[in-house]
Amino acid sequence: MIDVKNLTKWYGRVLAVDDISFHVGKGRIVGFLGPNGAGKSTTLKMLTCYLPATSGTVTVAGHDVLGDSLAVRRKVGYMPESVPLYPEMRVREYLMFRAALRDIPRRKRSAAVDDVCKQCWLSSPENMTRRRLGELSRGYKQRVGLAEVLLHNPEVLVLDEPTIGLDPAQIRSMRELITGLADKHTVILSSHILAEVEQTCDDLIIIAAGRIAATGSPTELRQRVIGPSRIIVELSGADKANIVTDLEKLKGVSEVTAGERDGWIRLVVSHGPKEDLRPAVAKWAFEQGYQLRELRREVGSLEDFFVQITYEQNLRGPRREAVSA
Amino acid sequence: MKKALVLARREMAGYFFSPLAYVIGAGFLAFSAVVFFYGLRMLGIPAIFAGGNEASLRPLFEAMALGMIVAAPLLTMRLVSDEYRSGTIETLMTAPITDTEVIAGKFLGVMGFYVVLLACTGLFLALLAAYGEIDVGVAVTGYLGMLLLGAAYISVGLFTSTMTRYQLVAAIVGIGILAVFVTLMYMLVSYAPAPVDYIASRLNAMTYFKDFSRGMLDTRGVIYFVSATALLLFLSVKTLESKRWR
Repeated sequence: MIDVKNLTKWYGRVLAVDDISFHVGKGRIVGFLGPNGAGKSTTLKMLTCYLPATSGTVTVAGHDVLGDSLAVRRKVGYMPESVPLYPEMRVREYLMFRAALRDIPRRKRSAAVDDVCKQCWLSSPENMTRRRLGELSRGYKQRVGLAEVLLHNPEVLVLDEPTIGLDPAQIRSMRELITGLADKHTVILSSHILAEVEQTCDDLIIIAAGRIAATGSPTELRQRVIGPSRIIVELSGADKANIVTDLEKLKGVSEVTAGERDGWIRLVVSHGPKEDLRPAVAKWAFEQGYQLRELRREVGSLEDFFVQITYEQNLRGPRREAVSA
Repeated sequence: MKKALVLARREMAGYFFSPLAYVIGAGFLAFSAVVFFYGLRMLGIPAIFAGGNEASLRPLFEAMALGMIVAAPLLTMRLVSDEYRSGTIETLMTAPITDTEVIAGKFLGVMGFYVVLLACTGLFLALLAAYGEIDVGVAVTGYLGMLLLGAAYISVGLFTSTMTRYQLVAAIVGIGILAVFVTLMYMLVSYAPAPVDYIASRLNAMTYFKDFSRGMLDTRGVIYFVSATALLLFLSVKTLESKRWR
């Protein structure tokens, strides 16, 4: 659906996007992840025909963004990070205006606007359609922004930081909205909030300092975290002095540390990255006659991966053209 | 071009909502009223609504034409500059609308407001008609001239608006350009050597306008204003387009 090849963007002497290439398949939700200043917004703006690339090609829904710009714009719905709106217009008025710009025939406009208002919770539980855009809170403004991109039922949705500035409840509702869009639309969204991106996206593209650091599904990327995994065990009925040495004898265990938590012994078991020692530990505890109250595994989190991988990229920094004498 | 009308409707609605437009409109009309009742002796414009004076709107038209030098850029300054400032240019440029349609829409929107403004000056015409005998021909060509001049001046303002995100800069540059074309040309005609004075006389907006205000429909004047409008709208489209290439 979206094909990016060797995309490069220079802002004056700074290289904002450095020769990136990726592909987004139809119906997927792709998260574009990266630290601030990585080039996420710039790339998205190039996908939506707002910025021209310095070199490279972008093809969206089969059309080239430079050569066939109008066709691309008809099939794409873009929500910029700042969600720019005309403050004096009313919600419904604005949506009707955008519907007209989107070539929705007059007879169908009202129904389309009503539909998206319902979908984005603008008409219920509280009817916001008569409010002026300047009066709305951040959360509602973003809902209007999302409603606007959904109006013409585009094949591709490009959302730049759709949940930024929202409170947790609003983030959740936005997340539900976005996941609900999955099969009918192709979505590419950018974010630097990992937790959210993990839950909504099928694939992730991590970008830092203008270059792609990693791509893959959240599970794949989590597994690539370099570092051991740990198991947390809480049990009682054991002798604290010996339990560490006992447990370390278990196959696959590299290290055990012990602590105490309101009368129970808390053990942190480190082991190799590929193994899951929870069944073995459970069996061992049962055989020893201990009471087990918690057994959980902590895998390398996506946050660890993100920090690791972007740190490396950021060390290199964006390329700058040497200032000639 | 349908989308241009959609945009035009939105712009017009915006004008009727914004207090600035009313202030400028009121100022323009107040200025016209002063000329109507007292004249502008400094510029040699006689009062109209005074006993014994000619029942013609000519002085008023001339004064309005001068007033437009300031009013037009003030009206148009926010048209595109505001979009740059607020970021709505992003959603506008990523919508399936061509740059030509955008400029056409903006132009038609502000012209709509201008037509309403002109219509308000019809009050003066009505007053004249009530107390004297007006020359309908003069009134018709005078308003036609105001329309054409307004279109040209407004397109200057629209052009300067596409160049910058700062409304004030757009307004000042617009006023500057218009002032040059009225005053400088006038001075060049009087003091410059040939052939400069010949060229200046052909480019002087007020010469063409004076014909309209006297009741003469000269196609040269029509062509002058129409081509100026077309040129500046074209330049506006190109400026907007150039934003896509940077």
